[in-house]
Amino acid sequence: MTTLVEATSLVRTFGARRAVDGLSFTLGPGDCLALFGPNGAGKTTALRLLAGLLKPSSGSARVAGAALPAVEARTRVGLISHRIMLYDALTARENLVFTARLYGLPDPDAAAQHALEALRVADRAEVPVRALSRGLQQRVAIARAIVHTPDVLLADEPYTGLDEQGGAALTALLRERRDAGAALIVVTHHLQEGLALATQAAVMRAGRFVRHEPAAGIDLKQYAAEYRDLVA
Amino acid sequence: MSTKAPGMLAAAWLVARKDLAIEFRTKSAFLSAMVFALISLVIFFFAWDPTAVGPLELAPGVLWVTFTFSGLLGMHRSFAVESQESAMDALLVSPVPRESIFLGKALANLCFVLGVQAVALPAVALFYNLPLGAAFIPLAGVMVLASIGLVAIGTLFAGMTANTRMAELLLPVLALPFFVPIVIPAAQATAGLIAGRSLADAWQWLRLLVAFDLVFAYACTFAFPFTLDD
Repeated sequence: MTTLVEATSLVRTFGARRAVDGLSFTLGPGDCLALFGPNGAGKTTALRLLAGLLKPSSGSARVAGAALPAVEARTRVGLISHRIMLYDALTARENLVFTARLYGLPDPDAAAQHALEALRVADRAEVPVRALSRGLQQRVAIARAIVHTPDVLLADEPYTGLDEQGGAALTALLRERRDAGAALIVVTHHLQEGLALATQAAVMRAGRFVRHEPAAGIDLKQYAAEYRDLVA
Repeated sequence: MSTKAPGMLAAAWLVARKDLAIEFRTKSAFLSAMVFALISLVIFFFAWDPTAVGPLELAPGVLWVTFTFSGLLGMHRSFAVESQESAMDALLVSPVPRESIFLGKALANLCFVLGVQAVALPAVALFYNLPLGAAFIPLAGVMVLASIGLVAIGTLFAGMTANTRMAELLLPVLALPFFVPIVIPAAQATAGLIAGRSLADAWQWLRLLVAFDLVFAYACTFAFPFTLDD
C-alpha cells in the first residue's frame, strides 16, 4: 500500500522544551488519524511539522514519499488551522481563486466554486471575509484548504465556530475525502466526532503518543473514561 | 487533480497582484503614507529659514527623508496583512517558492512607494519652488532606482519583524542603517539634477545606485526564506 504520510521519530524542540518528542506513524490512502490530547500536548506543533511550516529538530516527515518542505510534498497537503489564514479585505471567492492559482490549478474559478459549494457557502462568495460571521469564515477557511483537492488533509480543530449545518458539511466533506483515498489527520477535543471518521486514534501528551491504535472496535464510553485518566 | 505549481516569477506576480488588490480596496497604507508625507513636508517648510539655507540645498534632503519614512509605513503594512489571520501560513504551505513571496511583496511595495513619490514630488516642487522642468524625467529615473534598493531592504526587514511584538518600532531601527547607502547617492543625484546640472554629472551617483540595487535585491531575495524559519 502507498504511504501518504510518514513520520519517523519526529522531534521538535523550542529551547529546552520538547513540543513533539519522537512521533512515528504512517497513514495510507483512506486513513484518518484522530488526534486527541490536552492543550499543550503538541498536537498543533505536530500538524505544523507535517505541513512543512516547521522544521523538525530531528527525525523526518514525508508526504507521498517526498520529504517536507519539498514542493512535491506541499502540493499534496491541505491545512485547516486554528486561524482562518484568509485575507479579510478580499471576498471569499477572491481568497479561493488566489489559492487555486498558487497551486497552479487549470481552472481556478471552477475549483473555487466547487469548494465553496462543498462547504455550502457559495451564496456568500462575493462578500468580503471580514463581513462574514466567525462560522462562515471558518467554512471559507476549510474551502481554501481543500480547493486543490489535497491527498493529505491536516485539520486542527476544524469544527471550531461551525454551526450544525457547517459541522455536517465538514463531516460529509472529510468522509468524502477519506473515501476518495486521501489521508486525514483531525485534531479535536471531541472524541465522538473524531472517532466517527477515524481509522486510527491517538492520544498525545507531552509531545508523545501515549496511546495509538486502530479506531475500529473502539467503545466510545470506555475510551472516554480511559482518555480522562490518561490526560488527567 | 493535475496541478503545476507556478514558477518563481508567476507566483511573485500573483502575490503582488493580491497585495495591490488589498491595498486598492482598503487604501489604508497609501492614505496613511500620503498624509504622513504631506504633513512632513509642511513641517519641514515651516521650520525652514530661507535666509540661512537655499531651497535647492534643502529640498533633496527633505525629499528623501520624506520618501524613506513614508515608504516604511507601506512596507510594514504589506506583512501586517499576512500576520493578521496567519495568512502567511497559507502561502508557506502552498507550493510556491519562498523567494517569490519576497519578490511579489517587493513589487507591490515598489508600486506603493512610487505612488507616494508621484504625489510627494510635485508637493516638494511647489513648497520649495523647484524648477523641475527638464530635470523631471531624470529625477523620476533616480527615484525608481533608489526605490528598488529601499524596497528590497524594507521588504526583507518588514518580513523579519512582522511577527514581533514591536514590529512598527523594530522595522525602522533595523532598516534605516541599510537605507543609508541608497539615500546618499539618491540625494546627491537629486541635488545635482534640480540644480540644473546634466545627467552626466549625476552619473557617478547613478552607478552607485545601480550597484547597491543589484546587491540588495539579490541578497534580500535569497536571504528572505531564512527569515521564515521558526
